[in-house]
Amino acid sequence: MPTISRDEVAHLARLARLAVTEQELDKFAGQLDIILQSVAQVTEVAADDVPPTSHAVPLTNVFRDDVVRPGLTQQQALSGAPAAEDGRFRVPRILGEEQ
Amino acid sequence: MSELTRLTAAELAAKIQAKEVSAVEVAQAHLDRIADVDPAVHAFLHVSAESALAQARAVDEDVAAGNQPASPLAGVPLALKDVVTMQGAPTTCGSKMLEGWHPPYDATITTKMLEAGIVILGKTNMDEFAMGSSTENSAYGPTRNPWDLDRIPGGSGGGSSAALAAFEAPLAIGTDTGGSIRQPGAVTGTVGVKPTYGGVSRYGLVAFSSSLDQAGPCARTVMDAALLHEVIGGHDPLDATSIDEPVPAVVQAVREGSIGDLRGLKIGVVKEFSGDGYEPGVMVSFNEAVERLRSLGAEIVEVSCPHFKYALSAYYLIAPSECSSNLARFDAMRYGIRVGDNGERSAEEVMSLTRDAGFGPEVKRRIMIGTYALSSGYYDAYYGSAQKVRTLIKRDFEAAYEKADVLVSPTTPTTAFPLGERTDNPMAMYLADLCTIPASLAGHPAMSVPSRLSGVDGLPVGLQIMAPALQETRMYRVAAAYEVARNEADGGPLINRVPELEVAR
Repeated sequence: MPTISRDEVAHLARLARLAVTEQELDKFAGQLDIILQSVAQVTEVAADDVPPTSHAVPLTNVFRDDVVRPGLTQQQALSGAPAAEDGRFRVPRILGEEQ
Repeated sequence: MSELTRLTAAELAAKIQAKEVSAVEVAQAHLDRIADVDPAVHAFLHVSAESALAQARAVDEDVAAGNQPASPLAGVPLALKDVVTMQGAPTTCGSKMLEGWHPPYDATITTKMLEAGIVILGKTNMDEFAMGSSTENSAYGPTRNPWDLDRIPGGSGGGSSAALAAFEAPLAIGTDTGGSIRQPGAVTGTVGVKPTYGGVSRYGLVAFSSSLDQAGPCARTVMDAALLHEVIGGHDPLDATSIDEPVPAVVQAVREGSIGDLRGLKIGVVKEFSGDGYEPGVMVSFNEAVERLRSLGAEIVEVSCPHFKYALSAYYLIAPSECSSNLARFDAMRYGIRVGDNGERSAEEVMSLTRDAGFGPEVKRRIMIGTYALSSGYYDAYYGSAQKVRTLIKRDFEAAYEKADVLVSPTTPTTAFPLGERTDNPMAMYLADLCTIPASLAGHPAMSVPSRLSGVDGLPVGLQIMAPALQETRMYRVAAAYEVARNEADGGPLINRVPELEVAR
């Protein structure tokens, strides 16, 4: 039995905002199944008494003095935008018909 | 080919300071070499000839004025992986998503290198967003291995490794998340170093897997890598994970190592890095390297790291999970391409269409695996378990370093494989990272140095040397001692055996 079905892959693609084609779905469903079955090995040794490690080196929060430092200008910030208008990012409509 | 392109970075810097050659001549020789061979190798995505020559002129003016050199690498050309931002050139990460994107700021390491007088020749090809082991995942076509143009140069930093092996640059920058500096180094007969996590600033690197990503030096000799390491290393307040400690004295360690005396040092051979999947040509080269280390006076001990066999699985859950989150920023709103914005579609629809058009198959696979592993109901089994394996691997390392000062293994189980061989089989591609991933998960430093060519196919093999966190000096010392002894026994550096490339003009 596959770990993950084609429908589940389609659902994942939606969650990840990837408008994948039917062809891509056919290909990914099989590949993701093989990968997930393989990586599931981790459950063999992940006993309850083993603490998780999220970072290689122990981290503590880093603060800096609350002083103004140079940042990007408005022009720089917008320089890579696919569309800009009146000094702002221009985006497609946010709300759908039904919202 | 100009003899200048055959010299090491240290030699070039010395000649420039001695006024035997100008930095501009050095830069021009490398730009000419790129024009000659890059149509075949395709190591570069962008060549910054004008700014490189301007940087070289500034170094020459310094020399003429009798000023102290900005660094021991002043005037030396370098190839910069396209995941690192530099103003005045595009940063694409090998992705259509960022095609033509000009970053409005420099990465900290870019700033440090420019201040050190290093001349940045251009941006090198890579697997898209550093996901891959062959550069075949680049949206701009693969890079080819100068040892055999039908084979892969490793990945993700295959552009950087190929640029070194093709004598297009004596120095390069790579980034290593699971092996992307070391494995390309191994398959091209060059040196690649992944510093301790946090040892080199990540500010200005496009993030893939933030708890693993680490930039590092690539070169043709251990000394050149060490010189570059000292330029780029050190604390950066702009990177919250940057280690606030002095840069390890790796150049001094190389000088000490070059004497060729490893007496008193214990070197651990990791038992688990052998067996199925390891090519005989790789194992013969590796075993010979171990014997050479023994002959230099090191004590060789066998160590067992029983959980390393789970490292690959843990990595291919942790890295995709972090990437699914990091790559959410590519939403078609603030930078990168936008597809399907016809005035009717919603932001979400445009976002989905853009991400489908902008990302290649491997990036999509990893985003979906990460999305799956982080979703409720699966989180504990997948991501949670992978984090526990990370603990077990750290414990394995701790036990191993009680018996040995450094650990060694082959860098990757095979020599460079043919282009196309693994593109339809993601799991086979992932196996290229088998030996490099444990040190990545633990955050430890590790490097690859060329060992003897494989007797089977005549291609380069890499010796991986690993050390505990912040103990870079140990690993550089061993690498330098090995390099000297290897070159002596083999009649010169391995890189001298790379075949002459056909010149395009």
